[in-house]
Amino acid sequence: MDDLLSEFIAETRETLEALSGEIIAWEADPDDRARLDAIFRFVHTVKGSCGFLDLPRFERLSHAAEDVLSELRAGARRADAGLVSAVLAVIDRIAELTEALESGETLPDGDDALLIAALAQDQAAGPATAQAVSVAANAGPRAPTRSIRVPLELLDRIMSGVSDMVLARNELARRLREMGAETEVGGAFERLSACVAEMRDAITRTRMQRIEKLFSALPRMVRDTSAELGKPVDLEIIGSDVELDREMIELIRDPLTHMIRNSIDHGIEPRDERRRLGKPESGRLCISARQSGNQIVIEIADDGRGIDEARVVAKAVAAGVISQDMADALPPAARAALVFAPGLSTAERVTAISGRGVGMDVVKSNIERIGGTIELDNRPRAGLRTIIRVPLTLTIIAALTVSAGGLSFAVPRGAIEEIVQMSSAMIRVDAVGNARIATIRGRAMPLVDLETVLGMGPVESQQGRTIIVVRAAAACSYALCVAAVHDHEELVIKPASPAIMATGVYAGKSLPDSGVPMLLLDVAGIAARAGVAGEDQATLLPAEEPVAEGPQTVSGLLFRDLAGTVRAIRLAVVERLEDVPAEQIRFTAGQMRVAIGEKLLPLAGFEGEPRGSAVKLLRLSDGAAEIAYAIDEVIDIVALPPIAQRAERAGPVAGVVLVAGEQVELLDPFWLFAELDRDPGSPTKPLCLLADRDDRWTREILRPLVEAAGYRVALAGDVAAEAADVIVAAEAEIDVARPIVRLTPDRSRADGNQIYRYDRAGLLAAIERSTARRA
Amino acid sequence: MERLYLIATIADQPVAIRAELVESVVDIGAISPVPLAPPHVAGLAALRSKVLTIVCCERALGLAPRPRTRSRIVVVDIDGHHYGLLVGTIEDARVIEADPQPIRVRLEPGWARVSLGMLEYEGETLLLLDPERIVAGCDEPLAA
Repeated sequence: MDDLLSEFIAETRETLEALSGEIIAWEADPDDRARLDAIFRFVHTVKGSCGFLDLPRFERLSHAAEDVLSELRAGARRADAGLVSAVLAVIDRIAELTEALESGETLPDGDDALLIAALAQDQAAGPATAQAVSVAANAGPRAPTRSIRVPLELLDRIMSGVSDMVLARNELARRLREMGAETEVGGAFERLSACVAEMRDAITRTRMQRIEKLFSALPRMVRDTSAELGKPVDLEIIGSDVELDREMIELIRDPLTHMIRNSIDHGIEPRDERRRLGKPESGRLCISARQSGNQIVIEIADDGRGIDEARVVAKAVAAGVISQDMADALPPAARAALVFAPGLSTAERVTAISGRGVGMDVVKSNIERIGGTIELDNRPRAGLRTIIRVPLTLTIIAALTVSAGGLSFAVPRGAIEEIVQMSSAMIRVDAVGNARIATIRGRAMPLVDLETVLGMGPVESQQGRTIIVVRAAAACSYALCVAAVHDHEELVIKPASPAIMATGVYAGKSLPDSGVPMLLLDVAGIAARAGVAGEDQATLLPAEEPVAEGPQTVSGLLFRDLAGTVRAIRLAVVERLEDVPAEQIRFTAGQMRVAIGEKLLPLAGFEGEPRGSAVKLLRLSDGAAEIAYAIDEVIDIVALPPIAQRAERAGPVAGVVLVAGEQVELLDPFWLFAELDRDPGSPTKPLCLLADRDDRWTREILRPLVEAAGYRVALAGDVAAEAADVIVAAEAEIDVARPIVRLTPDRSRADGNQIYRYDRAGLLAAIERSTARRA
Repeated sequence: MERLYLIATIADQPVAIRAELVESVVDIGAISPVPLAPPHVAGLAALRSKVLTIVCCERALGLAPRPRTRSRIVVVDIDGHHYGLLVGTIEDARVIEADPQPIRVRLEPGWARVSLGMLEYEGETLLLLDPERIVAGCDEPLAA
C-alpha cells in the first residue's frame, strides 16, 4: 500500500510539472485538442488512481474537473479565461494535496466545494484573470518518451561504482606496465579500459536533465505575474531541450525566476504607456537556452523600458556606492551593471512581485557562486536582455591540476584565462609594499603565491614557477603563482566536509585517477583571502586603493586620435568622455574651442577629420581648469609603464611608452594646460571672487570698484572658489584655502583682520597684497 | 545491536563507540594534508572511490597528538560525509549488556565535550564517545 501511495505521489507530481505549460497553451488556444486531451488524461488518471487508494478529496476534485473537461471535449462548452482559472485552481489544489500527502500532514478541507462550484457552467464573472498569456506554439504536443524512474541514490551508487572501477583499472594498468605483460593481455586490457571510459560517460549523462524541467513552470508563473500586475505578456520559450546537470537546474531556478519577475514588474510598461509609446500592447518576453561549449547560456529578453541608467547612477551615488566623478566616467554598459551593486534596488516602491528583499546583488552572487556569470544588454526605452552563463554541470568539471608546497590542487578550467611561465619575457613583476604586481603584456594584476595564501610558508625561489591568470569574478582577475602545472583532467567533484569548506578556499574534493585525493580551489575564495580587489571594486571605490594601483603602474587611457595615431594619457587627468556635435566646435579668438553647455573649453587634438557628425572628447582637468581633447576612439585602459624615450622638445607629447610591445605617444598634460588654458582677454588679471553674492552692496558698489581697479570679478557660485586668486567677503563663510579679505560695515570694528568697507585705499591695498602674495 | 560497541583507545584512555555508527575499521595509506583546515583535520585519504576526511581524535579533544606507527581509522558517516577517526589502538567489537552510566567525575573540557557516558567492561571504565562531536573539533585552543 505504501509503495502504491508513493508511486502515486511521484507520478502525480511529475505529470503536474509537465502539465503546467500545456494548460497555459491550451488557454491561449482553447481549440487545441491535443492539449485539452493531455489535461483530460491527467485528471482522469488521478481520478482512477485515487479511487482504489481511498483518497476521497482527490476523487471529488478530479471527478469534477473531468466532467467539465469532457464537456469541453464534446464541444458542449467552450473554454474561457474564467473556466481555465477554475481548472487551474483545481489542479493547484491537487498539487497541494499531493505535497500534504507526502509529508503526512492533513490539509484543511476548506473550500474544495467552492473550487468545484467554480467549474460549474454559467459561473458569473470568474476570478479576475482577464490577462491571457500566449505561448508560442513551438513546443507541440509531447511525444511519449521511453523512460523509467530511478531514485537518485541509485544513480549515485552507480556513479561511485564506476569511479571505483576506474581506479581499479588504473592500478591494473600500472601493474601491467611494471610486469611488461604480453600483447594479448595488453589488447584485452585496452578493450576493458575503453568500456570503462564509455560507461563513465554514459553514467555522467544520466545526471543530465532537459532544462524543460525548469522552463515548463515558466508559462504559469508569467501568466500569474502578468495577471497580478495587469500587464499582458507574450512569452516565447526557446531551447527547452538543452540538457544540464539536475543540481544545476535547481541552483538557477531562483535567479531565473527573479529576473523574469523583474522584467515583467519593472521592465515591461503598463498597457496604456506602451500604447502611447507605439509598442504592441502585450509586452514580449523571450526566454532561451542554448549550449555554448561547456557552458549553458540562458537569455531573458524583454521589450520594456530597459534600465534607466541615469536613475541607477543617481541611486548609486546617493547610496555611496560610487562617487559622482567616477559615475560620470563610467561607460553606459557599466552604468546599467550598477544594479548589481549591493544595497541598490531601482524599484522606487516595493511591490509584491519583485520587492522580496532579494536584490540583484544576490542574484549575481548566486550565479557567480556556481561558476557562472551574468551580463546585461540594456537598450534604454527599448528593452533589456539578461545573459546568464552557467557551467554544464557542477559535479564533473574540467580542471587543471597544479602543485604547490608539495601538494596537488585542481583549478577549474573555466576560471583560467591564461598560463604563463614565470621566466617568460612577457612578465614583469614589481613589488608594491609587501604585495606584488605582475604585468603581463601590459596588463597589471595582483600576483599571489598559492603557498602563501594557503599558509604553507614563504616560497624560497621563484625559479621555474608558473603563473595562472584566473578570473575570480566577472571583473576580478589575478595572477596565481604555483610551483608547477600538470594535467588537464575531468574531475568528479563532491562537496568536502564542512570543516574543510569553512576555510573558504576550496570548492570541493575529488579523487583523480592517481588515487590521491585532491581539493578543488575556489579562486574567488582565494582572491578574498589574499585581499585581491576586483577591478570593478577598484573603479567603484577609489578611496580603497587596490594593490593594482601601485606607484609603478599608473593607469593610462589608450586612445586613437583623429589623425589615427595611438596615444595615451594618464587616466587621472581625464575627467570624463563626451560626444559632442561637430558644430559645437569652432575656431574662435585664435584657438579651437568647444561649447559644452554653458562652458567654453579650449580644444586640442583636433587635427584631422572627425568621423560622422559627432566628435568624441576627453575632458581633461587639472583640478581647476578644464580643456578638451578630441579623439577618434578609446581603445583601452592600460597600466602605463615608465617613459621609454622622452620627447626632445616640450610639446603635446611627453615621450614614448611601450604598451604591449607597441610604441605609444604619451601626452604631456602639463604642456597642454600651459598652452591651452590661457585666457587671452585678461592673461594677467587676478580673479577676485566676491563671496556675498546676494548682497546688494557687493553687487552694485563693490563690484564696479574692484573691476575698475583692473581685476577680473566673479560672484560666488559662478566659478569654483578654488580658482579665485582672492576672495572678498563680508558675511559669507569661506572654507577654501585662498587668501581672504574680510570687510565690515562697522568702522569701529575694523582691525588687522577686517577692513571697513568704505575704506577704499585700505580695501584695494588688501586685495593687492593678497594677490601679490599668491603670485 | 544496541549493545555492540567498538572498543579503542585515544591517548591511552579506553573508549567505546556504538558499533552501529561505525562503517568499517581500516588501515589507510597516505594522508594528504589540507592547508588552512582546523588542526583536528589531519587531511584527506582515499578509501576505494571514497574520499575520507581524516580527523585526529587527540587534537579534536584538545590533546597533543602522539606518534603513530600505522594509520588505522574508524570510518563513520556523518550527514553524508565520510570521516576517518584516527585513534590509538583498536581492540574489537564487544557486547556490553549494562546501560551507559552518567559521568559523575569531572573530565577535562575536551573529553567532557565528546563523552556521552561511562561503560563498565571487564573491570575497566570506558568512555562512550559521540563521533559527531569528535568530528566537530575543539573550540578551545590546544592544551599547551
